[in-house]
Amino acid sequence: METEPTYSVIDIPIIGEGKPEPLQNRLRTFPWWFVALLITLALTFFLVLTTQNYREAFTFIAVGLGVTTSISLISYSFALVIGLIAGMGRISRNVLYRNVSTYYVEVVRGVPMLVLIFYIAFVFVPDIIGGVNQFGFFLEELSNGQIGSALAQIENQSFSTYWRAVIALSITYGAFLAEIFRAGIESIERGQMEAARSLGMSYRQAMRYVILPQAIRNVLPALGNDFIAMVKDSSLVSVLAVRDITQIARLFAGRSFRFREAYTILVVLYLTITIILSLSVRIFERRMSRESR
Amino acid sequence: MNPADPIIEVKDLYKYFGRVKALNGVNLTVDRGRVVVIIGPSGSGKSTLLRCINRLEVPTSGEIWVDGQLLTKNEKQLNEIRAEIGMVFQLFNLFPHLTVLENITLAQKVVRKRSTEEAQKIALSKLQRVGILEKAEVFPRQLSGGQQQRVAIARALAMDPKIMLFDEPTSALDPEMIKEVLDVMLDLAREGMTMVVVTHEMGFARAAADEIIFMDEGLIVEQTTPEALFSNPKHERTKLFLSQILHK
Repeated sequence: METEPTYSVIDIPIIGEGKPEPLQNRLRTFPWWFVALLITLALTFFLVLTTQNYREAFTFIAVGLGVTTSISLISYSFALVIGLIAGMGRISRNVLYRNVSTYYVEVVRGVPMLVLIFYIAFVFVPDIIGGVNQFGFFLEELSNGQIGSALAQIENQSFSTYWRAVIALSITYGAFLAEIFRAGIESIERGQMEAARSLGMSYRQAMRYVILPQAIRNVLPALGNDFIAMVKDSSLVSVLAVRDITQIARLFAGRSFRFREAYTILVVLYLTITIILSLSVRIFERRMSRESR
Repeated sequence: MNPADPIIEVKDLYKYFGRVKALNGVNLTVDRGRVVVIIGPSGSGKSTLLRCINRLEVPTSGEIWVDGQLLTKNEKQLNEIRAEIGMVFQLFNLFPHLTVLENITLAQKVVRKRSTEEAQKIALSKLQRVGILEKAEVFPRQLSGGQQQRVAIARALAMDPKIMLFDEPTSALDPEMIKEVLDVMLDLAREGMTMVVVTHEMGFARAAADEIIFMDEGLIVEQTTPEALFSNPKHERTKLFLSQILHK
């Protein structure tokens, strides 16, 4: 696959592959760093179990795991839909569709994610709500009183920071996933589309039944990697005071002045999540490449 | 749509790829039930002509009539006409994510709106016809090149096409697999299928073609019967080409 990773994901080694090698070679190529990583994690969890300060930090911060998980899952689901639509748009023959999609992808890719999150949460979402209000007033004047006044009365404050964060992450990652989907579609040989069209299928039918099933299969590992990246980037929503693990760690540190404990726990929580996810992606990738042999 | 009318009519067809002129004013009529073989050096425009007939390539100018209908850019009309024109590609272009059976039923269900049972029944009969009924449940990558190309032919036939186009169907095959594909094509020709075949297989042309066309530099240089072309080529370019391929 020619999809470039947009970030770094832990390159989990898989041990026990291939033929047995001489001991010397095995010692040289053995992933010592990974063992060291696991020992670091184990030591920290040992601290959590044995020392009061670390235990307090852990029980306090782990409460945010639910928010980190749910915000990542929900945003990623939206991003998948947005990404698929925008990715197909990037290669569409329809001039408007293609240009709108490219505009969106390039704007998102050209702005730092932190800035985007501020912009979407504090400018874009209020603008949308304002637009809905205007539409409500318009309906009211058309004498469709109930729906109109309901829409007109939606207040900016009633939209929680949690959902602003979800919208911000979805829009940002939608653009990244769009590029993955585009590359996936472009990786399918032209002959596939030609064969489908020569049988009388429309462009849509050919996309749906022939191109996308192959393209999505090809990009599954890349999609998995981007999910891991999103879990890490979800820490940025702490700037909106969303109570994910990063925000709660900041609160704990600010209140107790135990910065070392708070941020060590935070690091270890993220590492544990990303290692597990990276491992799943690698195993899945291996199974796929074995199947297609 | 008088049955006596030609099923394919190409009028004054030009196709440019940027500055490259692939077709330089081609006129061609194909009558129902005829087998037309197109030969010529690479780059002579023979594949482009074939691909224009079902509009996989959009002509720069000129008209193409298929079964009494002028091909336009109207997508709906194009899809309907394409369903009537089977095409077999040099590189097979089977759908790798589908089994052989699914390859053959997909377009029947989606385009012809046949039920799964009906589509499968037709698919199996076409598979039997190309001689690989036992491979219905395997994936294309588990087949040899010759078997894949026969599946591709079955896939096209399952749509009950009025015309079959073959774009160098044996060029990507190992020598020992060419015959099994040509045999299927010979059967089709005998049964009266209208066929337009771009190929380098002169044996097939001799055995099956009603007409043979020699193309060079985007033009039809000579159009006659195989016997006349092989025994008595009229043009210098035809003679040169035949001497090159027959003396190999």
